[in-house]
Amino acid sequence: MTQSPTAKEPATPRRRRLPNLGPLPWIGPALLLIFGVVLWPTFEMLRTSALDISISGISRGLTGLTNYQNLFGNPDLPGIMIRTLVWVGVVVVLTILISLALAALLNAAFPGRRFVRWALIVPWAASVVMTATIWRWMLDTFYGIINRILYDLGLIPTFVNEWLGVPDVAIIWLMFVAIFVSLPFTTYVILAGMQSIPQDIYEAAKVDGATGWNRYRSITLPLLRPALLVASIINMINVYNSFPVIWAMTEGGPGSQTDTTTTFMYKLAFRFQDIGQAAAMSVVNFTVILLFVLLYLRVVDWRRA
Amino acid sequence: MTASRPTTTKAPSIKKALLTGIGLLVMFFFLAPYLQMLITSLTPAKELYEVPAQYLPSRFEFSNFIDVWHEAPLWGYLRSSLIISGFATLLVLIVALPAAYYTARYRYRGRLLFLLLVLITQMFAPTALVIGIYREWVTIGEFLPWAGVNTYVALIIVNAAFNLAFSTWIMVAYFSTIPVELEEAASIDGASRLQVLRNVTLPLALPGIITATIFTFIAAWNEFVVALTLAQSPDIHPLTVGITTFIGQYRVEWQFLFASSLIAIVPVVILFIIIEKWLVGGLTAGAVK
Repeated sequence: MTQSPTAKEPATPRRRRLPNLGPLPWIGPALLLIFGVVLWPTFEMLRTSALDISISGISRGLTGLTNYQNLFGNPDLPGIMIRTLVWVGVVVVLTILISLALAALLNAAFPGRRFVRWALIVPWAASVVMTATIWRWMLDTFYGIINRILYDLGLIPTFVNEWLGVPDVAIIWLMFVAIFVSLPFTTYVILAGMQSIPQDIYEAAKVDGATGWNRYRSITLPLLRPALLVASIINMINVYNSFPVIWAMTEGGPGSQTDTTTTFMYKLAFRFQDIGQAAAMSVVNFTVILLFVLLYLRVVDWRRA
Repeated sequence: MTASRPTTTKAPSIKKALLTGIGLLVMFFFLAPYLQMLITSLTPAKELYEVPAQYLPSRFEFSNFIDVWHEAPLWGYLRSSLIISGFATLLVLIVALPAAYYTARYRYRGRLLFLLLVLITQMFAPTALVIGIYREWVTIGEFLPWAGVNTYVALIIVNAAFNLAFSTWIMVAYFSTIPVELEEAASIDGASRLQVLRNVTLPLALPGIITATIFTFIAAWNEFVVALTLAQSPDIHPLTVGITTFIGQYRVEWQFLFASSLIAIVPVVILFIIIEKWLVGGLTAGAVK
């Protein structure tokens, strides 16, 4: 955590070559973008959540906490909040567990490993909307290939089977796709963590007669802790914010029965034209994200950069 | 990454075969949806709506990839995606390069604060802020109509701002690894400051710069929520929003939808594979070595 005073600190003579305007010409434009485009909307969101805004977007002045009262009085909200909690929990936990297995596989040497790694990159690089859309098509009630496969395997009795129109079933498929798109990044982070573990620790354990699984449990897993923490928190933020998966597959429907607080916020604003209530929802969402970020800052040794 | 891979001494070939088998299954699992994309995009329109669904069409309709260009507004979507991602990337480089260089080289007052700000913005996705972003650009549009909602300018600036953090972070890391002595040696040899930057520093930081460039481009290329919110008229829709407008028609032309998707996906997958080995460090902001 401590600042190392060595190496990169240039001595004064080096400084002379720059016309000494200080850091502003160098970092000023970056600050302008951060303040103008990231922090201003944060402020604007807070302000809007306290305003009474007409459907046409005209502000009719302050309303105090009315938007928040409307939001928390919304009968759909409790269900959406519980669903969001389950959504983040299930997707992140399963993503981490599956990624641990995938990283172990990709860390082992076998012919063709490079191609498996490349395949894993595809869902990472591809647009999430497009990935979610192909899953939507594959899950189509009448024409989807999933129904055909499950029928051929004898798992469902007919070719026609509704998945995304039934809320309890749809949410499971949404989670499946959310996990599918989260696995590549998570696996790569864990893999990087595994490869930073010095080999001689394993050699020593081998000499002591530790079996493969024992070595994994007593060496790999504990040393992976930092990587796992970081991957978990980044995933929590991403999954909480995950909009395209739900939007492309169910738009949060039927009704709001597959909405999370993120898609619900969007609907409040652009379906129901209630910008004030949407802003209140996004303040709630933003607070949650902020907590995750604070957690991340505690976990990460960011000053080392 | 490749250097530290464990070398199992005389591993039995059965184990290797087993691993390869599992590897193949994993590979198939991750490629399957994109394979289905390819199959659907090559399916003749008549065969799309069959019950039960067929694994393969009776023949591959390769002309779908030609027809899509005039049957759907693909050119327009592609142009928008290129304009938004291209200029956002350019803006990020112009802004992040000097900031990263200065931050790596000098201990100025507020340096840690700047790094903290960058790290926090990296964690903020535009999704949580989209209501605020929308309101902001409505306001801006009242004063500067060429920069408000529904303009490329807004989309370019927002995409640049939210990708600035990653680029700054990864380039700070790269510049920090270049010894100051190298730059000094060059300037003692009579090179001007600009020559030092151009001939010594930038080439050495090139992997970082390329990673930042490609990553920003792909992130903007795939961005969805902001475009959905700020790009309301179809003529500035990028590909991500454009393909969703295929749906909602009475009969969705899935073959064209997925032909467009593949045209969007293939180039970025290749770019991604190029920068893969530098990505993780940047995305986890120095947390994983």
